[in-house]
Amino acid sequence: MRLSGEELEVLSILEENHRISVEDIALMVNSSVEDVTAVIKKLEDEKIIVSYPALIDWSKVADKENIVAMIDVKVTPKRGVGFDDVAERIYRFPEVTSLYLMSGAYDLSITIEGKTMSEIARFVSEKLSTIDNVISTTTHFMLKKYKHDGVIFGESNDKDHRMVVSP
Amino acid sequence: MMKEHQHYLSEMVKELKPSGIRKFFDLAASIKGVISLGVGEPDFITPWSIREAAILSLEEGYTSYTANPGLLELRQEISSYLYRRFGVQYNPIDQVIVTVGASQAIDLTFRAILNPGDEVLIIEPAFVSYAPLVTLAGGKPIPVSTHPSNGFKLTPEQIENAITSRTKAILLCSPNNPTGTYLNKEELTNLAAVIEKHDLLVVSDEIYAELTYDEDYTSFASIEGMYERTILINGFSKGFAMTGWRLGFLAAPASFTEQMVKILQYTTMCAPHMLQHGAIEALRNTYHEVESMRRSYRRRRNYIVQSLNKIGLDCHNPGGAFYVFPSIKSTGMTSEQFAEELLLAEKVAVVPGSAFGESGEGFVRCSYATSLEQLQEAVKRIERFMNSLELKENRAEELYSNN
Repeated sequence: MRLSGEELEVLSILEENHRISVEDIALMVNSSVEDVTAVIKKLEDEKIIVSYPALIDWSKVADKENIVAMIDVKVTPKRGVGFDDVAERIYRFPEVTSLYLMSGAYDLSITIEGKTMSEIARFVSEKLSTIDNVISTTTHFMLKKYKHDGVIFGESNDKDHRMVVSP
Repeated sequence: MMKEHQHYLSEMVKELKPSGIRKFFDLAASIKGVISLGVGEPDFITPWSIREAAILSLEEGYTSYTANPGLLELRQEISSYLYRRFGVQYNPIDQVIVTVGASQAIDLTFRAILNPGDEVLIIEPAFVSYAPLVTLAGGKPIPVSTHPSNGFKLTPEQIENAITSRTKAILLCSPNNPTGTYLNKEELTNLAAVIEKHDLLVVSDEIYAELTYDEDYTSFASIEGMYERTILINGFSKGFAMTGWRLGFLAAPASFTEQMVKILQYTTMCAPHMLQHGAIEALRNTYHEVESMRRSYRRRRNYIVQSLNKIGLDCHNPGGAFYVFPSIKSTGMTSEQFAEELLLAEKVAVVPGSAFGESGEGFVRCSYATSLEQLQEAVKRIERFMNSLELKENRAEELYSNN
C-alpha cells in the first residue's frame, strides 16, 4: 500500500513514541487534529499499525525476570502450504514471543520466554520437536539484553555536554 | 617600569565588542534547571560510525600532519559530495581546503580577499562572528538590515542601497543563523544580478545547507555566472552533528584557494589528522543519518512555530537551520529584557535578537535543537510567562482607571 508523506511521517513519529498526543503530532506534521486522527484510524484499520506495546526491561523488576531463548528450527516444508502451516502451529503457543522464517542454515527462528530453564526445555522436547515436519532444533539461551528494537537497555552514556548558550 | 597591560594591546582588538551572547551565557549558566533554547548546535551526538572511524584512525596511529589543505582522500570526498548534492564542480587537488571549522574558512577568505578599508556587506540579523572577522582582516563590515515583513529575506534593493565604491564582497548565509531564513534559487538569482552589476565577491556560508525543510537546497555557486565569484563555505558541524570536531571546508576558484593555503600553512598547518578520517566516513557512509536528523528537526520546527504563534509570539516559518526567530514586540520589552526576565521567571534560555545586529531587536532566537519533551515544557513556561505579563498589564490598567 502506498502511503502519503504525511501518513509516513505519522507512522515514524508513532514508531518512536506512541504516547505522544494527537495534538502534538498534528503540530509536528503541520496538519489538523481531525486529519491526524483519521490517518491513525486508517493505519490501524489497515493493520499497518499492528499494536502499541511498551518496551519493558523486566530484568529490573524483582521476581519478574524471564528466561529467554532463541531456537533455530529446521523444517521440511509441506506441499501446498510451505512453511506457513508449521509456523502457525508454533506461533499459537503464547510462550513464543516472535517467529521468523529465515534464509540460511535453518528455517524458523523462534524467540520464547519462560519462567525457568525447565519450562523452556519442556517446550522444546514436548511441543516443538514433536511437531511433524520439524527435523531439528538448536536452543540458545539469552544471557543479557543490550539493545532491543533499536532501543539501548541500561544507562545511556549519551549525556548532553553542550553549553547552555552558544552562538 | 611596565605600564598598564591595556597599553600593550592592539587597539583593533580592544575595540572589538565581546559577543552579546557571552553576557547572557554567564547569566544562564549560573541558574540551575534551565531549559535552553539558546544552543547553536545539534542535540544529536555525532553518528557512531563517524566516531568509530576517528577512534580507529587514532588506533592506527594517524597522528601526523596532513597536507595543508587536508587529506586528498577527504578533499576528493568533499568534491564529489558538492557535485552530488549541489551540482557544483570543484577540483579536489587545488580548489578544496579542509579547515578548522567553517569559521576558519571564513577567516581565511576575508584575510585572502580584503585590503585595508575594503567593505563587506553583512546581512543582519547575522551570526556573531562575521563582522569581527572582517574587522580583524582589516576590512570594514557594513551591516545590511533585512526586514521581518518578508521573513528576513534579503532583497536586491537592500544590497543596492549599501553599495559604495569600496564594497568588495557580500556574505550570504542561507539558511541563516539566527532567523532560519532560506533563500531559494529564484531569490538567489535575483541577488546575483546586482552582485554581477557591482562586481562583488560572494562569501556563501552554506553550513546549514543540509538542514532545509521545504525546498531543495540551492548553492550560490550553482547560480549561473556566480561560480567564479563565489567562495563556498560549508562543514560538518550542523548537518552531520560534528560541532566539537571543528571541521569545515571551503571551495573556490583556484586563484583564491592558492592564496588561502598560504595563510593556512602559516597559521594552523592543517586540520587534525585523525578527525579528517571521521569526516571521510561521514561523507562516504552516513548520509542516511543526516536525512533522519533533518526529518527530526523538521517536525520540531513545525511544532515550535505553531506553538509559539498560538501563544501570541508572532513567528515566521523559517525554511532551514534549527532556529525560530519570534517577535516579542507585543510585550513592549527589548529583546534583552525579554530574554533576561524569561530566564529569571521561568528558567527558559533564549538568545536576545539584538546580539545578532540592530535589526534583530524586538526578536529572540529560539533553537529547537532539543528534545520534544523539553520543547513542550519550554512552550508551557513561555506561555505562563506571557500570561503573567498580560496580568501585570491588566492590573496596571485597572489601577489607572480606578484612580
